[in-house]
Amino acid sequence: MDLTIAALLTQDGITNGAIYALLALALVLVFTVTRVILVPSGEFVSWGTLTLAGLQLGKASGIVGLVVGMAVLAAVMETWRCIRARELVRLPRALALWCGVPLAVATLLAFAAPMRLPLPFQVLLTLAAVTALGPLLYRVAYQPLAEASVLVLLIVSVALHFAMVGLGLWFFGAEGSRTPAFSAASFRVGSVTVSVQSLLVVGTSVALIGALALFFGRTLHGKALRATAVNRAGARLCGISPEFAGALTFALAALLCAFCGVLIGPITTVYYDSGFLISLKGFVGAIIGGLTSYPIAAAGSLLVGLIESFSSFWASAFKEVIVFTLIIPVLLWRSLRTQHHEEEEE
Amino acid sequence: MSTRPGPAPILQITNLAVSYGRVEALHGVSLAVEEGSIVTVIGPNGAGKSTLLGAIMGTLGSRGSVHYGGRDVMRLTVEQRVAAGLVLVPERRELFGAMTVADNIELGAFARLRRGERDALRSRDEVYARFPRLAERATQAAGTLSGGERQMLALGRALMARPRLLMLDEPSLGLAPIVVREIFSIVVALKASGVSILLVEQNARAALEVSDYGYVLETGECVLQGASRTLAADPRVAATYLGEAATPAA
Repeated sequence: MDLTIAALLTQDGITNGAIYALLALALVLVFTVTRVILVPSGEFVSWGTLTLAGLQLGKASGIVGLVVGMAVLAAVMETWRCIRARELVRLPRALALWCGVPLAVATLLAFAAPMRLPLPFQVLLTLAAVTALGPLLYRVAYQPLAEASVLVLLIVSVALHFAMVGLGLWFFGAEGSRTPAFSAASFRVGSVTVSVQSLLVVGTSVALIGALALFFGRTLHGKALRATAVNRAGARLCGISPEFAGALTFALAALLCAFCGVLIGPITTVYYDSGFLISLKGFVGAIIGGLTSYPIAAAGSLLVGLIESFSSFWASAFKEVIVFTLIIPVLLWRSLRTQHHEEEEE
Repeated sequence: MSTRPGPAPILQITNLAVSYGRVEALHGVSLAVEEGSIVTVIGPNGAGKSTLLGAIMGTLGSRGSVHYGGRDVMRLTVEQRVAAGLVLVPERRELFGAMTVADNIELGAFARLRRGERDALRSRDEVYARFPRLAERATQAAGTLSGGERQMLALGRALMARPRLLMLDEPSLGLAPIVVREIFSIVVALKASGVSILLVEQNARAALEVSDYGYVLETGECVLQGASRTLAADPRVAATYLGEAATPAA
């Protein structure tokens, strides 16, 4: 291997690592706030790519139906809740939020699809559609179980993952899709060719991570999510409802995953079931961060990307094996280093 | 059942019962807090005092009735009760240890800020004026505070929600005597500013000194109640909780 190849592999690794980092952040976010291990995050990724690919062909794809279906389900659940709590005054607002907004997004997608809008608008539509699914998934599948143990929540996640892979096959078909590169341009730095596409991916990831940091550090809602992650009981006593925190978290996670899908589309061919393997790599990064540390999770994901890229050069057949073997020393290290965690300080 | 005269109480609970699985921890307790007064619940460890507060707050499921500000709140969520001004400072304080003191204070007013209440910022200045120590430590992580400062932060955070009824669970627990005195003087000052207070304490002497009315809770039942001065003079209370006269074998 000479320097040029090493530079190329590094560039590939960082590009993929930046995408895994977004996934890892989504996983850490969802776990710390809601204790859910978001196994179906991969489906949000692949649906992001496949929805965008569909829009490229002028098709709205089945995701519209899914959004509508979930919105109706959420509306029924909200109505039932309001009736049981004898709070019909709250119903219009709940319906507007849980049914009105998703239906608006679905309608927009259905109408805009045949118009073959320019790529940036298609990306926005894709992000909106996949993001809308996040809170809906939380409302329909997780919120009724909010008090359940981590294990029960994990079982639900696995079930949802399989259900969503099936739905993906139904909506998008068995063929894989690749979306066009955002830019085919490239330039040379010394003897190394840097593609603008890679720069765009890394730049978007960095911008998103910066936006997240601002959101968590500066805004009331961001602080509320952190508070819920730090101390759920204390957050409730401050009037931060777990349902609100859960829905907001899932919206953010879905948005991050949708971004991953859009960014990874030009790099690999994505099939209806590709999401799982992609999300597992983000998961390795998140585990390196102990499912709690954002910076370590992001750094870990970058490492995953680099290892993946170099191992695909040296031992392409064992690429995945090498990446996933990485988790064994990490788990050993963590289990030796971490003492038993107490719930709270006092 | 309380039959004291006066205006409608801000909190009226009737036959409140709580079970943990098959074990009933609270057996039909009734209690009332008059507007603008301090009511204390004293009793030994495990009498069900914290359980009582958890049930009133809605963090624990319960049977019976809880009327707050004249309306039945049994069906309300914890967050709705907080928004209505029913606020609890729990025994464990439940601070956001990894976040700064300033963030903890700000989040105390979460519901108000979300509703767009501008005067929430004024409440913050009031809290800092009441607890100058918190203003000094505003940028420190809450987890680095001393025990007394934590209790002040927990109180300050609760005040940010602008409580009408503030429930305090063992505010003196684990604090040095001088800090305990400070905390209790703050409680009295809060009453003067119009906040009704339900105070749960093991430190019966201090609690009966500052309160207007008291209840003695033993093994999940209310065994005695009366004006605090009367309770403090009651020979049974004096013997068991104030350590006077016939001191039980220690």
